Amino acid sequence: MAKYYAESHEWIELDGTTATLGISKYAADSLGDITYVEIPAPGKAVAAGEVLCTVESVKAVSDVYAPVAGTVGEGNADLEADPAALNADPENTWICKLEGVNASDLGGLMDADAYAKFVESL
Amino acid sequence: MDETLLKTPLADEHVALGARMVPFAGWYMPVQYKEGILAEHKYTREHVSLFDICHMGEFVVLGRGAASALDYALARSVADQKVGSCRYNFLLNEAGGVIDDLIVYRMQDESFILVVNAARIATDFATLKERLPSSLHMENLSDRLAKFDLQGPESTDVLVSLGLDAAALPKYYHWASFELFGMTVMISRTGYTGELGYELYFEADHAVDVWRKLLACPGVKPAGLGARDTLRLEMGYPLYGDEMDESTTPVEAGFGALLKLDKSDRMFVGSDALRADPPKKHLRGLVLDGRRAAHTGTPVLLNGTQVGTITSGTFAPSLGCAVAMAYFDASAEIPEDAEFEVELHRAVVKAKLAPLPFWTHGTANPKK
Repeated sequence: MAKYYAESHEWIELDGTTATLGISKYAADSLGDITYVEIPAPGKAVAAGEVLCTVESVKAVSDVYAPVAGTVGEGNADLEADPAALNADPENTWICKLEGVNASDLGGLMDADAYAKFVESL
Repeated sequence: MDETLLKTPLADEHVALGARMVPFAGWYMPVQYKEGILAEHKYTREHVSLFDICHMGEFVVLGRGAASALDYALARSVADQKVGSCRYNFLLNEAGGVIDDLIVYRMQDESFILVVNAARIATDFATLKERLPSSLHMENLSDRLAKFDLQGPESTDVLVSLGLDAAALPKYYHWASFELFGMTVMISRTGYTGELGYELYFEADHAVDVWRKLLACPGVKPAGLGARDTLRLEMGYPLYGDEMDESTTPVEAGFGALLKLDKSDRMFVGSDALRADPPKKHLRGLVLDGRRAAHTGTPVLLNGTQVGTITSGTFAPSLGCAVAMAYFDASAEIPEDAEFEVELHRAVVKAKLAPLPFWTHGTANPKK
């Protein structure tokens, strides 16, 4: 499944109309040791670019944004007890699902190659 | 990097070790190495870590009358301090506010080394120069002396593995001189982590060599200022600039008992104000509900009214929850079981008072 990235360093993978969302390795590395992940409450409709939740590390607090519009679905409850999992394997550790996502909205995001170039430019 | 930042002799060593470098108190310092703050914190509590603390300042004060002059210049008694001992002390202004917190090493009867905060070196030196008689020799050794902190329950083992006699090592809050790596190293049994540990002082020219040799000892890993901060916060140790400044007295910061204001009539700069003026605030520990940290300046509310302000806070790795220190207005009625609200980024969390230190299993002081 193709992965898409936002300039605000979230990734999503779309399966039908359900997207799985996490933060990029670049984002996790920049934050350092993650100590807290807010799991967004399901049911809330979010617009593209809207704040979904907050991730906190020993030295920083950072918001996670919805890369596309949708409705917040299931959250990864394992992160409440083990937020460090986001540092260990950020590209395979999901934070929450977004439901009702329109595949045509992915056009505004970057694929893995484009994101890698974007990160290099930072 | 910002070209105005000062560098310790080890800046290139830190970068080579993969450290993340940040500005701290005007210095270019490692906040963490590759393993990260949590791993470095845990390793210090359980094993032994090496910290580059070369940014801190050292002054020598010596000459006839040095003891009595320092006794008046500083808040805690220096005159009754034994040769070979270290004492935590304060440089105050006339109003009793803290210009700096520091450690006084009594080298000989009339010879002292003062170890001061990096950001306060110039202010402290100027203040002391003015306060001490010109007949005393006073010198700023900060650029010439390197300071490394070797901290953790296995730190004695490291020094013994280097050939030092365990029985000769200084006791808690004492220092001694040793021949190590072919030079004289002053070692004190002091630190900022709450664990058994030592602070090493030696000529800065040897800093890179000593750093590499200590890191080559089995079990020794580098730790950065990030872990230093989480370790000190778990102990409730103040950080100058956060818990103390020139508008805060040591009494307000929780060190009133050390000053013995009622038990003696000792005079020192700031003593009149401290004896006359009741504290306006009190420093207390807070345990927060959950893992989210409260940072400097965050209001502490009780039933919707602000009664205090967070001075510093962090996720406490050894405790698994967030802790903070906060000043509470002396006029506010604070029940010991009060449930406070602390407003964080997009959230409000509950907090309760907690005795300091938060971390009670530290190995630093054998009497505790």
